[in-house]
Amino acid sequence: MDVNEYLGLFLDEAQEHIQSVNTQLLKLEQSGGMDAVQEIFRSAHTLKGMAATMGYESVANLTHEMESALDLVRGGKKASNQLLLDTMFTAMEQIEEMIADIESGGRGANVDVSATVKAFQSFIGHDEPEAVEAADSPFTVDLYTDSVIEQAKQTGFEAYRLHVKLSDAVVLKAARAYMVFDRLQELGEVVRTVPDTEAIEQEQFDLSFDVLFLSQETAEVIEHAVSQVSEVDRVEVHLFTAEAVGEPEVAASVEAPIAPVVNAVPTQNEVEEVKEQPVAQAKTIRVNLERIDRLMNLFEEFIIDRGRLERLADEVGQPELNETVEKIKRGTNELQSLVLTLRMMPIEQVFNRFPRMVRSVAKDIHKKVQLDISGAETELDRTVIDEIGDPLVHLIRNAIDHGIERPEVRVQSGKPEQGRLSLRAYHGGNRVFIEIEDDGAGINVDKVRAKAFERGVLTVEEAANMTDNELAMLIFAPGFSTADVVTDLSGRGVGLDVVKNKIESLGGVVSLETSVGQGTKFQVSLPLTLSIISAMLVMAGEETYAIPLSSILETTLLDEADILTAHRERVFDFRGQLVPLVYLKEMFGIDVETKSQFPVVVVRKGNKLVGVVVNDLIGQQEIVMKPLGSYLEGIPAISGATILGDGRVALIVDSNDLF
Amino acid sequence: MEQKWVVFSLADNTYGIDVQSVRSIERMQPVTRVPNAPAHVKGVINLRGVVTPVIDLRLRLGYEELEATDETRILIASLNQGDAGFIVDRANEVVESDEVRIEPIPESSQDMLAAHLTAIAKGEDKLFSLLDANALFEDQHAE
Repeated sequence: MDVNEYLGLFLDEAQEHIQSVNTQLLKLEQSGGMDAVQEIFRSAHTLKGMAATMGYESVANLTHEMESALDLVRGGKKASNQLLLDTMFTAMEQIEEMIADIESGGRGANVDVSATVKAFQSFIGHDEPEAVEAADSPFTVDLYTDSVIEQAKQTGFEAYRLHVKLSDAVVLKAARAYMVFDRLQELGEVVRTVPDTEAIEQEQFDLSFDVLFLSQETAEVIEHAVSQVSEVDRVEVHLFTAEAVGEPEVAASVEAPIAPVVNAVPTQNEVEEVKEQPVAQAKTIRVNLERIDRLMNLFEEFIIDRGRLERLADEVGQPELNETVEKIKRGTNELQSLVLTLRMMPIEQVFNRFPRMVRSVAKDIHKKVQLDISGAETELDRTVIDEIGDPLVHLIRNAIDHGIERPEVRVQSGKPEQGRLSLRAYHGGNRVFIEIEDDGAGINVDKVRAKAFERGVLTVEEAANMTDNELAMLIFAPGFSTADVVTDLSGRGVGLDVVKNKIESLGGVVSLETSVGQGTKFQVSLPLTLSIISAMLVMAGEETYAIPLSSILETTLLDEADILTAHRERVFDFRGQLVPLVYLKEMFGIDVETKSQFPVVVVRKGNKLVGVVVNDLIGQQEIVMKPLGSYLEGIPAISGATILGDGRVALIVDSNDLF
Repeated sequence: MEQKWVVFSLADNTYGIDVQSVRSIERMQPVTRVPNAPAHVKGVINLRGVVTPVIDLRLRLGYEELEATDETRILIASLNQGDAGFIVDRANEVVESDEVRIEPIPESSQDMLAAHLTAIAKGEDKLFSLLDANALFEDQHAE
């Protein structure tokens, strides 16, 4: 078999499986469940098969070990534990490295996996029957619970194991259970229940349930309190000893039905699980991106010719011709949106890698972070998808590193130990918004201000008029790196200005809202599609320029006499606000006289305004954005070019550079 | 492999450029000036839907600027970083390697040009310098 032919397919599918395993691993870690185990097993099995067929033995071997370990869990012969989970995470990272090696022409034998293999084998090798004490106590204990109990004991609490049986005649099981928990809550703290609280809430239990409970009261008091609840048949209270569990490493099992109880009373504000909607499998085909790009290019040409045709029809003024042109216009409009959606992909692809990244970053710096993702199905242009990953990684790392506080600090300031990081994507108008919000410390604006003075980025006068959010935005200024605001987690030392540049090169805007003690929200807004935009065509001398409509506030006519001078700068009064004027002819070195009355295009950047003086306004038009090419990169105030109806090239003004 | 060169004129001189790197030869057409670009960058043209940068080879090689004539041509070269056009006075012919002898550049030749020349081609009634098209574009920022 000529494997090269299948290499692309193998790489694609391997990525998908790795992604799926990672997702399921996180799910397994958070909430357990056999479904996740099954999914991981299936993916590992497929990966193994594919790798073996392609002759990548290193990948096949590692997935084989993983598969064997999972088979035991799947068959109920072994309980999964944290050690196994960590090993699987490591294995997936290693497989990812191998795949990357294969992608760059290697054999995937670049990773030393002996430790991982050994860890799998030792898991497989343990033939001990499942936790012996299970017969007596329904609770197996993991390290977390163990430490909770240990701490509680030091502060005078005792751990009890309660077995509560409701009367056979009970009508509302869940309500009774709730009342039991209510009572218990007054006396101490519920650590765990079997079955878990969610199941109990949904009445998914027989007549009895077990509770692991911490309290300073005696067993008698507890027994009495619980038995007061009506329809409770019997309560047994025993002292709970974690020591009976044996070696914590081996028995540290996260048994599926036991989820850690966050809130003793089953209330609504229990941590909501990220509900994954069942994805309906749409029929798809894989299409080479090059073909789509060719289609796009052809289509763009078509749009340009359409413009030409429209103008000609206007000149001719023949009704039937006009009608036909109008039809073509409608047809192409529809075609346009269709062609553009071909390049659209759900942002899921980018978001998928974040849960694992957040997990490992948080672990590295000893913080507790819960990541909530919403809107992963939001679609974006493929080009943007490819490019937006890195800036988002940077912002997320930044949020974990500098936003979210260490657990002890959070507890001190009355916040839950676990920080919350929300990642959201949604459509709004013709833009896509991505938000990264943390509930951390917020940005210390005073520090930013002080640093800005020191760096000479800011004058006292300017600072006086700036809002906190505006000041905080200075962390995106080039060279603005203080240990307190700029991340250097991975030792790369890249400032946030790089993030901002990258986002802006995609036609995006980044902004932030911060509030001390409550957190920071970064918002990235991106254009839905890159290539076709609405623009205002303007003339300066003989030259035509296009100004993107998205940055234009409005156009107005101005008399020479209305120009004022402030700080040796030409300004004009725009609705009571003094707005500086920029002459396009001066900016671009065009030799032409400005008439005594001239059009001004008012453009904005954030909430700053600038009036761009031009000679003539031609009108609004849909234009196809084209790159100027790498030779002409970095020309100030020009972001690209477009081809006009007459076949000439017009340059697109980057109004961000006019400020 | 047999080499061929597209031979063209600039002022009184004749130059050759590897035919492999020439995509097409275009008539002069409207060029959109790119403000604040280096002086020898004439601007950009619409080459069948692709915005292509064009440089004035006269200015690039230190000759005086000349108004475009009927004979003015734009050589579209495919370079490392994409396509680019070179404005020349006239495109003459395609010369095959068996028509000429390749000789190294004389050491005494002017520095500015030498950097972009690879060799001299001599034939019975021909004499032209071989240009390295990539070098013409690439080190424009260095200067």
